Amino acid sequence: MSIEVRNITKTFGRFTALCDVSLSVPSGQLVALLGPSGSGKTTLLRVIAGLEHPDGGSGSVLFHEQDVAGQHARDRHVGFVFQHYALFKHMTVFDNIAFGLTVRPRHRRPGRDEIRRKVQDLLRLIQLENLANRYPSQLSGGQRQRVALARALAVEPKVLLLDEPFGALDARVRQELRRWLRRLHDEIHVTSLFVTHDQEEALEVADRVVVMNAGRIEQVGTPDEVFHQPATEFVLNFLGHVNVFRGRVQQDRVVFGSLAVDAPGAAAAEGGEAKLFVRPHELDILVHPGRFDCLPARVTRIQSAGPFVKLELLTEDGQPVHVELSHDRSNRLGLHENDTVYVRPRQSRVYLGQYSI
Amino acid sequence: MRLRIKQPSVLPGFGLTLGFTLLYLSAIVLIPLAALFLKSAGMGWSSFWATVTSPRVVAAYKLSFGAAAIGALINAVFGFVVAWSLVRYSFPGKRIVDAMVDLPFALPTAVSGIALTTLYSRNGWIGQYLEPLGIQAAFSPLGVTIALTFIGLPFVVRTLQPALEDLDPDMEEAAASLGASRWRTLRRVILPTVLPSLLTGFALAFARALGEYGSVVFISGNMPMRTEIAPLLIVAKLEQYDYAGATAIAVVMLLISFAILLAINVIQWVASRHRIGG
Repeated sequence: MSIEVRNITKTFGRFTALCDVSLSVPSGQLVALLGPSGSGKTTLLRVIAGLEHPDGGSGSVLFHEQDVAGQHARDRHVGFVFQHYALFKHMTVFDNIAFGLTVRPRHRRPGRDEIRRKVQDLLRLIQLENLANRYPSQLSGGQRQRVALARALAVEPKVLLLDEPFGALDARVRQELRRWLRRLHDEIHVTSLFVTHDQEEALEVADRVVVMNAGRIEQVGTPDEVFHQPATEFVLNFLGHVNVFRGRVQQDRVVFGSLAVDAPGAAAAEGGEAKLFVRPHELDILVHPGRFDCLPARVTRIQSAGPFVKLELLTEDGQPVHVELSHDRSNRLGLHENDTVYVRPRQSRVYLGQYSI
Repeated sequence: MRLRIKQPSVLPGFGLTLGFTLLYLSAIVLIPLAALFLKSAGMGWSSFWATVTSPRVVAAYKLSFGAAAIGALINAVFGFVVAWSLVRYSFPGKRIVDAMVDLPFALPTAVSGIALTTLYSRNGWIGQYLEPLGIQAAFSPLGVTIALTFIGLPFVVRTLQPALEDLDPDMEEAAASLGASRWRTLRRVILPTVLPSLLTGFALAFARALGEYGSVVFISGNMPMRTEIAPLLIVAKLEQYDYAGATAIAVVMLLISFAILLAINVIQWVASRHRIGG
């Protein structure tokens, strides 16, 4: 079931949480809403669920081409998973999962045996078959969130909405659970939208990523697209660390100190300001300047624990630069703190004012 | 093996505070109650039994416990509504309404008794409209119930307010997104969650109503067998220098109240068993 949102605006007092947002999620996809806190991602999710109402008359929400804006949350058939689980504390795991089925009006309520069978199936799906009679307070955070997910799935929702589902869990459990969510989605294929502020989570799990900032959508694309072809400076900055160099346009090159980058077509902005963005893994280190354009810098810190060797450098004009090298490369260079090295971008993005090349 | 009561703990003062608690409870509660039992024991079993089973005393017990229970029940329902609206909504004058809830606490009971009697008597503001309907409010068991409801309200509201403030709105939203109607959410999610506090409020209002004397003696009319409450009978016995008879009535009241409060506590314990660390 596809989800479509058209021109939604939502304000809380003088704060604009959503500003004319439109989004469409194709049927069967797992989509991440990614953004910093206050970017409006949770508000958008709650508007889709019917837990929040857009400003008077603005926009519409469609499920499978059908307008649901006038419908109450209970009639939208949406599975909603909360950051802090929101399990019913006085009910067992079994009763929690069965809740959505047992509160149906009598003529649509399944029989006792059918409910039991269905809950058992879901317990198997979340791998908690032997904890049916536990209470939420007796479960770990990861287990609680899986119960919350099963509870949402029990009513066979048209769409599944997850609000920072792994936000309250510790790092190990987060990783485990998000991979599990991906596998689960591949099994059941229900259109899912999840909110996160963790770019790694979004890039790893989602089919498509929606990057939000200050109540607007900055970019929608596959994880590859948003990471490698960021549409805006914000997206570039938000998806992982990035080094920024400031320089000026000279003819069809952009000059950053002793470093110059070809920028065909930049000549029009002669003398204008330009910014160069390079991710830490896109920088290479040379011991001798050779014939390449490069920036001299001093090594201030080498941190080699982890999958990469992380270097912190300081350029001559006092700008810190972060570089990530493979252990191989780092060993061959044989670097020490306080060495002077030369930094060369293998790949970079130049932004001239508003425009990117 | 030595019995270890004290668990090693970084929090100091266990011995001191427990000692003080026992001393304080003994001086304030246990010794007077023991004296009560001793005094009534002095009269012998047969006259004790004759006193507490005399028709007039039994009628007073029935009225006292019945009216207190009904009053506490009414308060549990309407106190919930009052607490709910005070916690959930903001409206002009909310602080004044909030302060008004405590009035039955603050008012001398005789004052509230006289005020209620004036209101509900045959030509009072409210009584004059009840009279044509054949309802006699003042000087009847109904009047006793009204007075006991009046004085019990703050207990329910004040114990429920913090519980309702702690209620996680996520849980209600989860119930709604799972298709539960408002009524079902109230019955299956909200009520079970606040039940321990509701029971505490009920128990407090009930206990307070049982011991109430000042306001009831004015509105009840104190007719033997009909509108006499147990505390009034105790005072009557005291006035006739029948100290043993007075303590006998008190001892039975005490035992029944203790049994009821204990039962409520057990229910409450069962209801809140699963919330540790929830």
